[in-house]
Amino acid sequence: MDLSFTPEERAFREEVRSFIASALPAHLKPKAEIDGHFEIDEIMEWHRILFQKGWVAPHWPKEFGGPGLDVTRRFILTEELELSGAPALLPFGLAMVGPLIMQFGNDAQKKRYLPKILSGEEKWCQGYSEPNAGSDLASLKLRADDAGDHFVLNGQKTWTTYAQYADWIFLLARTDASAKKQSGISFLLCDMKTEGVRVRPTLTIGGTHAFCDTFFENVKVPKENLVGPLHGGWTLAKALLGHERTLVAAVGSSARTLLRAKRIARDTLRDGRPLSDDPLVRAKIARMECRLEALKMANYRAIAGAKHGHAPGAESSILKLRGSEIVQGMYELCLELMGHNALTWMNPDGTVPGSEQWVGPNYNYLRAATIYAGSNEIQKNIIAKLILGLPS
Amino acid sequence: MQFDLSDDQRLLVDTVTSFVKKESPVERFRRLRDEDSIGWSREVMKKMGDLGWLAIPFREELGGLGGSFVDVALILEQLGAALVPEPYLASIVLGGMALAHAGNAEQHGRYLAPAIEGSKTLALAYAEEDGRYDLARVSTRAEKSAKGYRLSGKKRWVLNGHAADAIVVAARVGGEVADREGIGLFVVDRDAVKIDVVRTMDGHRAAMVTLDGVEVGADQRLGDEGLPVLERVVDGGAAAACAEGLGLMNASLRITRDYISQREQFGLKIGSFQALQHRAVDMFVETELARGTTILAAVRVEDPDPRERQRGVSIAKVHLASGGRFVAQQSVQLHGGIGITDEADIGLYFKRMHVLNALFGDEDHHLARVAATG
Ligand SMILES: Cc1cc2nc3c(=O)[nH]c(=O)nc-3n(C[C@H](O)[C@H](O)[C@H](O)COP(=O)(O)OP(=O)(O)OC[C@H]3O[C@@H](n4cnc5c(N)ncnc54)[C@H](O)[C@@H]3O)c2cc1C
Repeated sequence: MDLSFTPEERAFREEVRSFIASALPAHLKPKAEIDGHFEIDEIMEWHRILFQKGWVAPHWPKEFGGPGLDVTRRFILTEELELSGAPALLPFGLAMVGPLIMQFGNDAQKKRYLPKILSGEEKWCQGYSEPNAGSDLASLKLRADDAGDHFVLNGQKTWTTYAQYADWIFLLARTDASAKKQSGISFLLCDMKTEGVRVRPTLTIGGTHAFCDTFFENVKVPKENLVGPLHGGWTLAKALLGHERTLVAAVGSSARTLLRAKRIARDTLRDGRPLSDDPLVRAKIARMECRLEALKMANYRAIAGAKHGHAPGAESSILKLRGSEIVQGMYELCLELMGHNALTWMNPDGTVPGSEQWVGPNYNYLRAATIYAGSNEIQKNIIAKLILGLPS
Repeated sequence: MQFDLSDDQRLLVDTVTSFVKKESPVERFRRLRDEDSIGWSREVMKKMGDLGWLAIPFREELGGLGGSFVDVALILEQLGAALVPEPYLASIVLGGMALAHAGNAEQHGRYLAPAIEGSKTLALAYAEEDGRYDLARVSTRAEKSAKGYRLSGKKRWVLNGHAADAIVVAARVGGEVADREGIGLFVVDRDAVKIDVVRTMDGHRAAMVTLDGVEVGADQRLGDEGLPVLERVVDGGAAAACAEGLGLMNASLRITRDYISQREQFGLKIGSFQALQHRAVDMFVETELARGTTILAAVRVEDPDPRERQRGVSIAKVHLASGGRFVAQQSVQLHGGIGITDEADIGLYFKRMHVLNALFGDEDHHLARVAATG
C-alpha cells in the first residue's frame, strides 16, 4: 500500500495549479471565486484556453488530440480544474459523444467531429431522455424512419441540457418499431440547425435555464450520421452511462464547496464570535470532510485499479451514489451556516457577502445530482443486482 | 389529553380550505411572484380580515376574537398547503402580536385595528447583520431627541417590510450591543425608512430597512423593555413556521404520492416500486410527527413560563428542520427531472420549506435551546 503521489505527479499538480492561476481570465475570476453561474460564452472562452494548452480533454488519447496523460494525471488535472472554480466545461462533446465516436464511429466521423469538439467550435447536447422515457430509457419513442439516404425524425426529447446553445445533438432514436425495446434503437447525430428542430428552454429551481424540451418535426438526418450499427444504439447508450458515472464523483467540486463552508463559518458571527469557533459547527464540517475523504479514497482506488487495467469494480459503482449525496450535503451545510442570508435569491451584489449569493441557487439545482446520470435509486438497483447478486 | 378540534375549529379549517381553493390556487401565487407586484394582494388580505381570521389571536378589547394560537396554526397550515402569499405571519403573528403585547390603547387603535381589519399590514424588523438568531444582539440605536427618539441602524430580511404600512422596529435605548436590557420597540411608518426590496428563495419579497436618523415621537415607543416581548413574538413566528411547514409537508406528500401513483416507467407505476413506497412512508412518518410537534408548539407558545414556551417551540422547530427538509428533498427526488423545473409546483414547496428553516432560528439554534432547557 502506498498512498502518496510520486514527486513527478506532485510536480504535475503544481504545474496545473499555476497554469490555471495565470490562464484564467481576470474577468472570470470574481465569478469563479463565488461559483457563480457562468454564461455559455464564458464557458467556451475557458474551453478555448484549455484547448490551446492541450488540456481541454484530459482523458482523450493522443491520436485524437488529447494530452496522452496517464490515469493519475488525468485525475489530478480534473480535480484541480474543479477545485479552481473555473467554468466547468460542457461534458456533452468532450466526455460523452467524443469518446463514443472514438470507440464506435467510422474514420469519416472521427475526422469530421472530433477536432471541432476539441477546439470548441461545435457545442453538443445529449438527447436521451423523453417525457416518458427517463429511468426507463429503453422505452424511448422518438422515431427515425428510413427514407432512403436519410432518416426522418419525429418526436420529443426532454431535459436536454443546454440545447439552446448547442450546434449538434447526439440522440437515441427508434429505427425499428417492431423490435423489442432495446433492440430497435439507433444512435444518431443531428445538426441543431436542421429544419424542424425546435428548442424550448425551461427554468429550473436553481433559477437558470439549464435544460430544454427539444422537439423534432420531420427532421432529416443523413444516414452517414448514424454511429455504430443500425438498431445497435443501445450498446452505445450503455457505454456512455458507464462514462457518465465516473464523472459525477465530483471530488474536486465538493472539496471546493467544503472550503466555502469553512469560509462562511469563519466569516459569520454568532455571539460576536466566528461560527467556526463553535465545536458543534466544527464537528459538523469535519463530518462532511470525513465523508469527502472516504469518497476520495474510493476514487483513488478506482483510479489505481484502472491504471492496472482492471475493469471498474464495486468502488466505482458507489462513486456516483455517494458523490452526488456529498455534493448536495456540502451545499446544504453552506446554506445552514448562512443563517438568514440563506433567504437570498438573485439579489444585487452586496445583499449578502459575495461568496454566498450562489449557494441557494446551486443547492437547489444540485438536487438534480441524485436524479441525472442514472438516478440514485436506479444505481442502487444496479448495485443490488450486479454486485450483491440479489435475486430479481 | 385531548387532541380533538372543537366544532368551531373544524368549521374554521373548512372555511379556510374552501376559501383557499376558490381564491388562491397555487397559480395565483405563481402569477404574483412573476409579476412586478408586492407579491400578494391587498384585496385578498382584506377578505381575510372580513372573515375575521386576522382578528383571531387578539384579545377582545383590542378588537380581536380572543382565539388561541392553535386556531392561528390551523389557518397557517391551510395557507401553507396552498402557498397563499398574503402576509398573515408577518402582519398578524409578528407585527400585530408585538403591538398587542407591548402597545397601549392609542397605539392599538392607530396601528393594530387596521391590521386586524386587513386594510393595512404590519411587519417586524429585528434581524441584524451579525445578530444571527440572537434577539438581544441589537445595534440599531434609539437616541433621545426633542420629539422623542432618533433611530439609526439597519435591519435585514424584514418580511413584508416592503409593503407594510407600519413596521415595528427593535432598537437600543441603552446598554451594549448584546445586553438583554435596553432594547425598545418602536412602531415606525414605512414611508419614514429607507427600503431596499429583496427577493427571497421562495419567490416572496422582503425588505432591507435602513433607518438613517429617523425621528419618531415618544408615543411611537411600545411599552418599556422590548426583549421579553420580542422573544415571545419571535417564538410565535417559529410556532407559525411549524404550522405553515406542516401544511407544506402535507401538500408535498400528497402531490408526490399522486405523482408516483400515475407516473409509469418500466411498464409499471413507479409508486409500485418498494424503494419508493418506503420513501413515501418515511415522508408520511415525518409529516405525522410534525403534526404532533406543531400542536406542541402552538400550545406551549402561549405558556406564561418562558422556559416551557421556548422548549415546546424549539422541539417543534427542530423537527421541522429535519423532517420538513427530508420531505421537501424527497418530494423533488421522487419527481425525477420534472421536480427540478420551476414549472412543477413541488419546487415551490421545496423552496418555501427552506425559507421557513432559515427563519426564527435554525436547527442549531433550537437544538441549543432544547439543550439549555432540558
Ligand atoms: C438537471 C438535469 C439535467 C439533465 N440533462 C439531461 C440531458 O442533457 N440529456 C438527457 O437526455 N437527459 C437529461 N436529464 C434527464 C435525466 O437523465 C432523467 O431525469 C433521469 O434519467 C430520470 O428520469 P425521469 O426524470 O424521467 O424520472 P423517472 O424515471 O420518472 O423517475 C422518477 C423517480 O422514480 C424513481 N425510479 C424510477 N424507476 C425506479 C425503479 N425501478 N426503482 C426505484 N425507483 C425508481 C427515480 O429514481 C426517481 O426518483 C437531466 C435531468 C436533470 C434533472
